[in-house]
Amino acid sequence: MTGADRRAAAAARHRLLPEGRVAGPMPWVIAIMMFLTVLAAAAGLGLAAAVQSVGDDLAGRATVQIVEANADRREALSGEAARLLRKSPDVQSVHPVDPTALADQIRPWLGQDAANGDLPIPALIDVELKPGATRDQVQRLGRVLSAISPSIRVEPHAAFLQPLGSLLTALGGLAAGIVLLMALATAAIVVLAARAAHDSHRGTIEVLHLMGATDVQIARLFQRRIGLDALFGGLLGFVTALLVIILLGARLAATGSDLLAAISLPWSSWVILAVLPVGGVVLATLAARWTVLRSLGRLL
Amino acid sequence: MKSAREDAATRRFQAAWALRLPARCAMAASKGQKGARTRIHRSMSAIVQFENVGLRYGLDSETLSDVSFSLHGGGFYFLTGASGAGKTSLLKLLYLAQRPSRGVIRLFGEDVVTLPRKRLPGFRRRIGVVFQDFRLVTHLSAYDNIALPLRVAGMAESEIDASVSEMLNWVGLGDRGQARPATLSGGEQQRVAIARAVIARPEILVADEPTGNVDADMARRLLTLFEALNRLGTTIVVATHDLPLIGQVEGAQMMRLDKGRLSDPTGSLRYPPRPQGVVAS
Repeated sequence: MTGADRRAAAAARHRLLPEGRVAGPMPWVIAIMMFLTVLAAAAGLGLAAAVQSVGDDLAGRATVQIVEANADRREALSGEAARLLRKSPDVQSVHPVDPTALADQIRPWLGQDAANGDLPIPALIDVELKPGATRDQVQRLGRVLSAISPSIRVEPHAAFLQPLGSLLTALGGLAAGIVLLMALATAAIVVLAARAAHDSHRGTIEVLHLMGATDVQIARLFQRRIGLDALFGGLLGFVTALLVIILLGARLAATGSDLLAAISLPWSSWVILAVLPVGGVVLATLAARWTVLRSLGRLL
Repeated sequence: MKSAREDAATRRFQAAWALRLPARCAMAASKGQKGARTRIHRSMSAIVQFENVGLRYGLDSETLSDVSFSLHGGGFYFLTGASGAGKTSLLKLLYLAQRPSRGVIRLFGEDVVTLPRKRLPGFRRRIGVVFQDFRLVTHLSAYDNIALPLRVAGMAESEIDASVSEMLNWVGLGDRGQARPATLSGGEQQRVAIARAVIARPEILVADEPTGNVDADMARRLLTLFEALNRLGTTIVVATHDLPLIGQVEGAQMMRLDKGRLSDPTGSLRYPPRPQGVVAS
């Protein structure tokens, strides 16, 4: 079949179902669904990236606290703990926190007394573990340091942010659930639209059927039209959602918050978002095909 | 009486179609051009066989009961009976729009009652149907309506164009190809329906009351079209209650339905009196 033949055949097929390609509410409904789906997916992916980023950031960090009322002993324990930590093969770097800087940080809450030495303030050592450090390694460090003195404690940073991480993970799961529900709702809308189109073209379908058209031939007419509608709606929703995401990204960056800045979309997330309209078209096409084939199956 | 224009159109049609027919048919077609009324290609084998066929819609009593007959290839058959006798139901069974409630139907040698559904389209493509209400697709032009069976069969558009143009000329609608059915007269719509039914060269043409909505002159012209097709080898089955019309087709066979039963399974009531093609089973 030549190119001209194919074009003429496509035009003839289009004439069989005469409505325009953006006919009825379906493309617009799909556009709205796609807009919301992309936003929900972006939120889920962004939160997942944030959880990952914050987790990676904190997993290898811990703070050693030397809770000792005697300042001289506290200083001696701090020095010994720092020495032991530097020797440990799991530790990448050790940064004892300057007591003056610590006093400055807590002065707003505890007043001038915090700085004059009358108030016992724990000595702190920031420890950065080697990449890939596990919770077991942190616990081992804790045991080694406790052996020097029970007043030395190791606090992994990940433990501080575990509730926040759980919240972000739950929100990410919620976003994934919303994406799934949107996909189901889109499929349901397509099924209804395909049924309506099937009913409104019942006469044409019966004539084609009695002329010997196969179910697949007839279903193709509908799936092609609904696929085109879904493509239009999907692209419109996707582009609109993209603009909103870019705008929100700029706003998040403008807040200057490290935590909010962690909500970012790596390139792999953009690929997943770009696949959504394609998935929408495939879903709509399959739903239309299934619906029409089911309806035709009731005919002889 | 046939007009000169009608004869010319029929001759053109036959000549053009003969090119696509087997040699035996082509010879007979050329005989047709000379005015011979000899029907060609009457096969000795039955291409349609009904055996004790019954049809019931829902829980109602049977619309068709114990219908048995055979139709031979190349025959011209009339199906007659009063309104409600079951003519349309019988035709529906014939063009595979309906399965019988009981009995056996063989088309082209195969039992279509038990045939898997996916194989039915292939059989339907061998049967052309002229519906009582034409069933033209209202949003398509006459051209596109006639082209439908060829598009269903997957023919290339370039070939479709030639066939459809030829067919439009044959039914005298050469200049009305782009007209929508709503703008065509009843007779014109009927001719479009006939052209659509025959364009794919069906082996059987089924027509349900094709002359019901047209005047006597148009009825005669339609019959001439059917005869021309029949001479080219197509088996014609026409449901009608227009008895004078039946008498105009030489050698045609008649079946009469009465309250869902063939009233003359022995053939004694057939008209004209010496039947040849209908064999009561």
